[in-house]
Amino acid sequence: MDGIHDLGGRHGFGAVQREADEPVFHERWEARVFAIVGAARAAGALRNTDQFRHAIERIDPVAYLTHGYYGRWLGGLETLLLEAGVVDAATIAARLAEFGGDPGEPSAARPAAVPDRVTDAAQASSRRRAPAPPQFAVGTAVRTRVDVRARHTRLPAYARGRTGTVIAWHDGWVFPDSNAHGAGENPQHLYTVEFTGSSLWGNGAEPDTSVSLDLFESYLEAVGDE
Amino acid sequence: MSDASSPALRAEALESLLIERGLLSAEAVDDVIATYNDRVGPMNGARVVARAWTDPAFKARLLADGTAAIGEFSFDGAQTEKLVVVENTPEIHNLVVCTLCSCYPWAVLGLPPRWYKDPAYRSRVVREPRRVLEEFGVKLPAATRVRVWDSSAEVRYMVLPQRPPATDDLDEAALAALVSRDAMIGTALIPPRGNRGE
Repeated sequence: MDGIHDLGGRHGFGAVQREADEPVFHERWEARVFAIVGAARAAGALRNTDQFRHAIERIDPVAYLTHGYYGRWLGGLETLLLEAGVVDAATIAARLAEFGGDPGEPSAARPAAVPDRVTDAAQASSRRRAPAPPQFAVGTAVRTRVDVRARHTRLPAYARGRTGTVIAWHDGWVFPDSNAHGAGENPQHLYTVEFTGSSLWGNGAEPDTSVSLDLFESYLEAVGDE
Repeated sequence: MSDASSPALRAEALESLLIERGLLSAEAVDDVIATYNDRVGPMNGARVVARAWTDPAFKARLLADGTAAIGEFSFDGAQTEKLVVVENTPEIHNLVVCTLCSCYPWAVLGLPPRWYKDPAYRSRVVREPRRVLEEFGVKLPAATRVRVWDSSAEVRYMVLPQRPPATDDLDEAALAALVSRDAMIGTALIPPRGNRGE
């Protein structure tokens, strides 16, 4: 999906803000959110990492930019817990009021009216055998596809419709674009594709730079195919 | 008064509801803090780097198959499904990002710093890596190629920094103490000895 999360190449975010002697967790609530991941798994609301990433991509875009990393996780977790019916919005609002908060505070969560049914058992590993041999050899020029739907994908916008070179092959893996939606694991070959700076950014590219991405086979087509 | 606009109170509310439902223990949050403060962090990656600097056979194994090579250590915590280690040399400087979320090699570096997860780094480093590096204080010769690795699947990347000169007298533990988290992301170099400002 062309969401706010897809940040590669965007202008306007300013200097990188670093912090000396940064703690692992700045505040206790951040570690609470981390712990809630385990609870969401135990409740069956969170089945796989792809589904979790997509839930984060779907949160309120303003909250995505302003609530920080653990705030984004919280929005994604609340989305999944609501979709699975583990908690409901009224109960959360009532508990916020009990704790002295504003029960009317807008939530970052964006539960779907008709949630995806992601029911697969969680698996520790996402490496799988792909059903066919790899289509692209290391050294091959490939072009990335441009079609995208309002669903999960791991092909960033800045690398769509670009030509690069396969520099590594990583065997078969669960395909996030279907696994996030409960549409099966659909294992695919995964490749590292290197793009020159100028192939991504044209004349604005810095000299002698490249970006490499790990891309699934169905994102790619051989150059020359139409 | 609590800050109603922050996610802090909402996290606490959700935590308490999940504890009541038997899905979460009240101690889980302390376990998380202890794990990532004490056991899983960049000290693990620093040990890997120091060994690669002192043991050429290990370095060869690390660059050929990072996942298997870090298996020679017994690191706690989340496992990395596939680790690729990329080597910095005078000719090539590598750096790591995740533009779509915040993928990071937890097994060797722990949890990422805030700047790694923030929009500024994620948006800029694929487009203007040299400028971002300069802001981090990394001055590279113009002839050094810059390779950015955008972690868009489950492969995780760690940078093997260059060993600083005049460190032949240091053992593996002393070398590990020189290795910074940022050097293993690729946003820092390891300064020469006597120039560390500590």
